[in-house]
Amino acid sequence: MDVSGPDTAASPPAENESPSESGQETSSIPEAPVATRCYSHGKQETDEEFDARWVTYFNKPDIDAWELRKGMNTLIGYDLVPEPKILDAALRACRRLNDLASAIRILEAVKDKAGPHKEIYPYVIQELQPTLNELGISTPEELGIDKV
Amino acid sequence: VAKVEEYSLPSYFDRRESPLPDIRFVKHLTPEQQSLKAKEKGSWVALSNEEKVELYRISFNQSFAEMNKGSSEWKSVLGGILFFMGFTGFVVLWQKHFMYGEIPHTFSEDWIARQSQRMLDMRINPVEGFSSKWDYDKKEWKK
Repeated sequence: MDVSGPDTAASPPAENESPSESGQETSSIPEAPVATRCYSHGKQETDEEFDARWVTYFNKPDIDAWELRKGMNTLIGYDLVPEPKILDAALRACRRLNDLASAIRILEAVKDKAGPHKEIYPYVIQELQPTLNELGISTPEELGIDKV
Repeated sequence: VAKVEEYSLPSYFDRRESPLPDIRFVKHLTPEQQSLKAKEKGSWVALSNEEKVELYRISFNQSFAEMNKGSSEWKSVLGGILFFMGFTGFVVLWQKHFMYGEIPHTFSEDWIARQSQRMLDMRINPVEGFSSKWDYDKKEWKK
């Protein structure tokens, strides 16, 4: 559900990100010419800007392990389930770091993040399936670690 | 130079909100695990499921399913609460029997009867309280 109001120009990456949910509607925000909203300050980042910022973060070719961990832990701290394209970039970062365990952990975290919305995780996996097949990442379900 | 204590170093923890801890779970890898780590540098398609699980377990202690699993501790807690409440009841009964003396004579049935009659005669709380419940014509409690 998108709660950001109409924006004019693209805003620089800010900390006020708007929720971006996968599996729900990925709405495009109508661009009205004048924004008169009672924001705390500055323009609010759109969903697309948020996603793009995070995809760029994980796409850094020489990303290091700390940055991957920091990025993932921060992303999981937000009140949203990350878009498949962000997760795709994160999984590829795991590949560059030769870290399969973290890749599986990321999938687990996404499922956990969806909470009671059980339809989100299958959607995400469906979207990521080409990448999972390409990189050889097994889902937690395939490995049996989704059960106690 | 002061010895570096382990508790001052980054620690491992399983938390839902922080899926990738600062360090791996297994600190010292066996030779098999080291060779598995080397194999991880190649294509992951070549890894068997057992190897993938082994790699996961090297890095992480509990899976999300395991860390989120509830326990039956609440049954012990509830049982303990009820047990001690029962024990308290036992203490109260013991005190009544062995410790406390007689209750005042003003609680005897005869006294209460005469006291109640006096209260009715005085029209105590005649609107909504005591005397309002008495039928003065039929000389009985209202039904």
